[in-house]
Amino acid sequence: MELTTQLIIYGVLMGLVFALIALGLSLIFGVMNIVNFAHGEFLMVGMYIAYLLSTFLHLDPLLSLPIAAMAGYLLGIMSYHLLIHQILRGPMVAQLFGTFGLMLFLRYLAMYIFTPDVRSIKQGLLVGKTLSLGWVTLDLSKSVSAALCMISFGIVYWMIYKTKLGRALRATSIDSEAAQYMGIDTKKMNALAWGIGGATVSLAGSLLAHFYYVTPTVGMLFTLIAFAIVALGGFGSISGAFVAGIIIGLIMVISGHFLSELKFTFVYIVYFLVVVFRPRGLFGW
Amino acid sequence: MLRVDRIRVLYEGIPALHEVSLEVKKGELVAVVGANGAGKSTSLKAIVGTVKPASGMIEFEQKDITRFTTPEIVRLGIVYIPEARHIFGPLTVEENLLLGAFTSNSEKEVKEHLDYVYQLFPILKERRKQRGETLSGGEQQMLAIGRGLMTRPKLLMFDEPSLGLMPKLVSELFKTISLLKEEGFTILLVEQNVREALEIADRGYILQTGRTIHTGTGKELLESEMVRKAFLGL
Repeated sequence: MELTTQLIIYGVLMGLVFALIALGLSLIFGVMNIVNFAHGEFLMVGMYIAYLLSTFLHLDPLLSLPIAAMAGYLLGIMSYHLLIHQILRGPMVAQLFGTFGLMLFLRYLAMYIFTPDVRSIKQGLLVGKTLSLGWVTLDLSKSVSAALCMISFGIVYWMIYKTKLGRALRATSIDSEAAQYMGIDTKKMNALAWGIGGATVSLAGSLLAHFYYVTPTVGMLFTLIAFAIVALGGFGSISGAFVAGIIIGLIMVISGHFLSELKFTFVYIVYFLVVVFRPRGLFGW
Repeated sequence: MLRVDRIRVLYEGIPALHEVSLEVKKGELVAVVGANGAGKSTSLKAIVGTVKPASGMIEFEQKDITRFTTPEIVRLGIVYIPEARHIFGPLTVEENLLLGAFTSNSEKEVKEHLDYVYQLFPILKERRKQRGETLSGGEQQMLAIGRGLMTRPKLLMFDEPSLGLMPKLVSELFKTISLLKEEGFTILLVEQNVREALEIADRGYILQTGRTIHTGTGKELLESEMVRKAFLGL
């Protein structure tokens, strides 16, 4: 009983972090129909920001959150203007290889700067602490990270569904040509999607760094998890990313407990089954 | 108000418009008629800035807008109601209308214009919470027009509004367009329904293979030998 409760709670906590990671991938796909292979590398940037600020400036990793979010926003906007906007004119494959190239560039740039060493954050308000809730004891950093991810997700959701700017973003994602006739600057909306995508995933990275090791290649794993989530939730669906994030979190934590070597296999089996049997995902079109 | 001066538009090097010139004065209803592929839609798209002329000039209220972007042109008060309507299907009727007011910054004005549209098309008010894609073809056309009215544009451009509507709805549509003219809107109407369009128009232009070849008042054109032969089959 205790074990089951604990596994479910951890599954949901990880799922909330995953959901925020996948949000940007889904958003960028929804607005522009572009798959960002460098998504996990944006996460890696957020993780290194938290790590570097904590190790060299002794800044609590919680304080690095706004910095990571801001850096992720700028990285997203810059990727859009310097790369994506330029390759939009090309064929579909150019876009595919474009973001793939961005992934390789960021990954190996990190490899050059930081070496392939595995690093982790040693100190911080939440690091290594636990939280007791009656009969279950939880890792404090995971719990707080999950809560902050959920709040961030909620803010983005509110922005997209309840504000005028969000309405313009949704209009652009539905019919970019018609959005222009409304006077919406669709280029700005595309850049905004990349900015929000970069900010949220980098923020998730700086939270993840509390309890997950940092290496230049860490992005790969999370890109694939985010792909599985976006496929399961439905490409471009925001609420789908949330629900699917939690499902994938549960699958990973529960299968990981019993068959730890196979936990990612289960995640990708889900991905495979969705692609074969319900390619539009749970909440897609 | 609007002056299009000998514009030429190329699609991947092939001319879609050779030489189109036309003029719309304040308060006028001007119709542009012509066969399929004559360049009617392309002319409107050039005015709203989604295609760029290779040469020629477009002037709006004495300002050269040839190189303006679409959002800039919309902000000047030119609204384009596209062919095939382009409703935002997954969004509600009201969200669609509010998007029509994207360039407006006054909440009070938006509210007023929304009330105006609901009064013009009461069915839209009834269905305001429904997703746009659940509306019938005729209701979607009302939504597209209503969305275009949300900023009270200085110039309203219709691109083949009758396309895909039942004959009964077509005559209602032309009534609505004349009503809008009476309410003071300046209108540029592109149509394949030559007779109905010229009947309500103050003036008209005939477009043929990317050129404006003939112009006159609606009545003159309806009675002209060329129109009767080429379009009305008389």
